[in-house]
Amino acid sequence: MSAQEIFDVRVQTADFDVAHEYQGIIADAGNPGAVVMFSGLVRDVASGSGIDGQASAAAGQSLTLEHYPGMTEKALRDIVEQARARWPLQAVRVVHRVGKLLPHDQIVLVLTASAHREAAFAAAEFIMDYLKTSAPFWKKQRFGEQSEWVASRQSDYQRAARWENKSGDE
Amino acid sequence: MLNLQYFASVREQLGRESEQLDLPADVTTVADLAAWLAERGAPWTLLTDTQQVLVAVDQEVVDRAQTLTGQEEVAFFPPMTGG
Repeated sequence: MSAQEIFDVRVQTADFDVAHEYQGIIADAGNPGAVVMFSGLVRDVASGSGIDGQASAAAGQSLTLEHYPGMTEKALRDIVEQARARWPLQAVRVVHRVGKLLPHDQIVLVLTASAHREAAFAAAEFIMDYLKTSAPFWKKQRFGEQSEWVASRQSDYQRAARWENKSGDE
Repeated sequence: MLNLQYFASVREQLGRESEQLDLPADVTTVADLAAWLAERGAPWTLLTDTQQVLVAVDQEVVDRAQTLTGQEEVAFFPPMTGG
C-alpha cells in the first residue's frame, strides 16, 4: 500500500460513513494501538433545541462551503505532513465536505492511528486546529433569504498558535 | 500571464471569480499587485486590506512582500473558516 493511501485527504460533496472510515484506517495502519476520531457537524444555530434538523432546514437554514480546488488538498496534505513530523503516526484520514449542508450534517472527519494514544490524540487536535486556520475553506450561513459569510475567529488562531511552542512527543 | 483567482466574500464583493493579466514592469510584489488592482477604485480597494484579505501565490499563503514574476497563480480571499 502506498504512503498516499495511508495518509489520505479528501474533499467531497458526498457524506461520509464514520464506521467505514474507522475500519479503513485500522486496515491502513496495520497494527494500531490507538485510533482517535474527530467529527465536526453543522450546528443548528437558529433553534435553541438543536434537535429538529428538518424544521431548521424547512426554515431555510443551511451552510454552504466554498473551497479553493487544488490548494485545499495541498494545504491538507501539508498539515498531515507536519503532524507526521511531530508524532509517530501509522495512518491519517482527513475528509472535508464542501457544498450545501444542513443543520446536523457531518462536515469534517479526522482520524489518526498510532501505537499509543498520546500521539493519536495530539495529532488529531493539531490537524483540526491547523485545518481551521490554514486550509482554504469558507462557510456561508443562510437563514431563509438572508445569508452571510462566517467570520474567522481569533480563538481559532490562538488554538493553532499554541502548537508553535510545543514539542511533538511530550 | 498572471492568473488571478478570487474566493468567497472577496469574489462576491468584486463580482468576479478569475481573470488573466499581464503585469506592468513596475509591479513586482504582491503588495504592488494589490495596489495596482486597487487603482480600479471601489470595490477593488479592499484588496489592500491586509487583515481582511489573504493572498496565495501558486497555492501557498504568502506575505505581501512576496515577489512576482508575472507567471503565477495569485489568489485573494478572506481568512479561512473551515472545519
